[in-house]
Amino acid sequence: MEGLISLAVKAIFVENLALSFFLGMCTFIAVSKKISTALGLGISVMVVQAITVPANNLLLTYLLKPGALAWAGFPDVDLTFLGLISYIGVIAAMVQILEMILDKYFPPLYNALGIFLPLITVNCAILGGSLFMVERDYNFAEATTYGLSSGFGWALAITAMAGVREKLKYSDIPDGLQGLGITFITAGLMAMAFMSFSGVKL
Amino acid sequence: MSQTKKEMLVDPLVDNNPITLQVLGICSALAVTSSLQVSFVMALAVTFVTSFSSFFISCLRNQIPGSIRIIVQMVIIASLVILVDQVLKAYAFEISKTLSVFVGLIITNCIVMGRAEAFAMKNPPVASFIDGLGNGMGYGLILLLVGFIRELFGAGSLFGVTILETVNNGGWYVPNGMLLLPPSAFFIIGLIIWAFRTWKPNQVEEREYKIQQVEAH
Repeated sequence: MEGLISLAVKAIFVENLALSFFLGMCTFIAVSKKISTALGLGISVMVVQAITVPANNLLLTYLLKPGALAWAGFPDVDLTFLGLISYIGVIAAMVQILEMILDKYFPPLYNALGIFLPLITVNCAILGGSLFMVERDYNFAEATTYGLSSGFGWALAITAMAGVREKLKYSDIPDGLQGLGITFITAGLMAMAFMSFSGVKL
Repeated sequence: MSQTKKEMLVDPLVDNNPITLQVLGICSALAVTSSLQVSFVMALAVTFVTSFSSFFISCLRNQIPGSIRIIVQMVIIASLVILVDQVLKAYAFEISKTLSVFVGLIITNCIVMGRAEAFAMKNPPVASFIDGLGNGMGYGLILLLVGFIRELFGAGSLFGVTILETVNNGGWYVPNGMLLLPPSAFFIIGLIIWAFRTWKPNQVEEREYKIQQVEAH
């Protein structure tokens, strides 16, 4: 249990997907103009992340790993090279389901997220989470914790960013730096701030 | 499409650059640019995947049902990325190790998906191929620029060849360690955007709020 809590803290702050691995930057920059939209997107990323990382973990353990197919009578088969394509398949399916649910039950959120909802599929944070899960050899409990907390960390970062940008739009910025440029520099400062978490352990 | 093929190829380099204007594909641009060699390989890989995925998706565009188009696109892109990944592992193992998860993350590089959605689904194969190639090159251009600055001033070398002799090796140049850390990539891209927009003022974004309203009532 302690191991899981420490893993969660690490995934939220020290190894924040957005600010120390720069995953999911495209959406991070593009949808962080308003706190409410950012929060909605953050939550959907968290939900998708919490479902896909454990799902991919199961897929890895029971289908892809060398020897994983022993239950079906193929102990020598190694399907890890199919990893990328199956993870992204799971993710794309989850996102499409989420899109349909939002469209049916939460139309305002669906309209607000607009084009960026399909782009959750190509949100590197989601696939990155699954790939890190594979690289670090998490078991099912760890994968669930990691998925949930790394998604939370991403949501935290994008909400904080949206908060900064809501204030930022009132400030006097040089013309060329307006919009995207200043957003990058703000994100850089935030990333530096998050670097100060490194080394924190529970 | 009224654009000529040459325009399609050259447009994304500066005028409609995927990173600085369309805000696509930033993740990997930040993470892999600490050395020029890695940036170069990454740029090549992305250009390859973007152009060919656009081509294949465009070939199939009339057969793909709208409701599952994302999954179909992902499968095409993922197959190409697996190809790149296996080739890198076979012929450039060191670089493939440095890139670690970021080769896999080409799948989720928004440029690939963005071009597939925005262009390849509506246009014939050859035009899509050229559009993909142009966007891949626009991405590569920024990647190489950032990689150049970070490696030259962060480690004093280019492509691993020492240019500025660092103090540690008995030279005169005190390397700026900050540039090897990830946040610096944000600053550099921010400044590149500033430079681009000073050069091409039509890319400047509208202010949401004007600071001074000097109007006499």
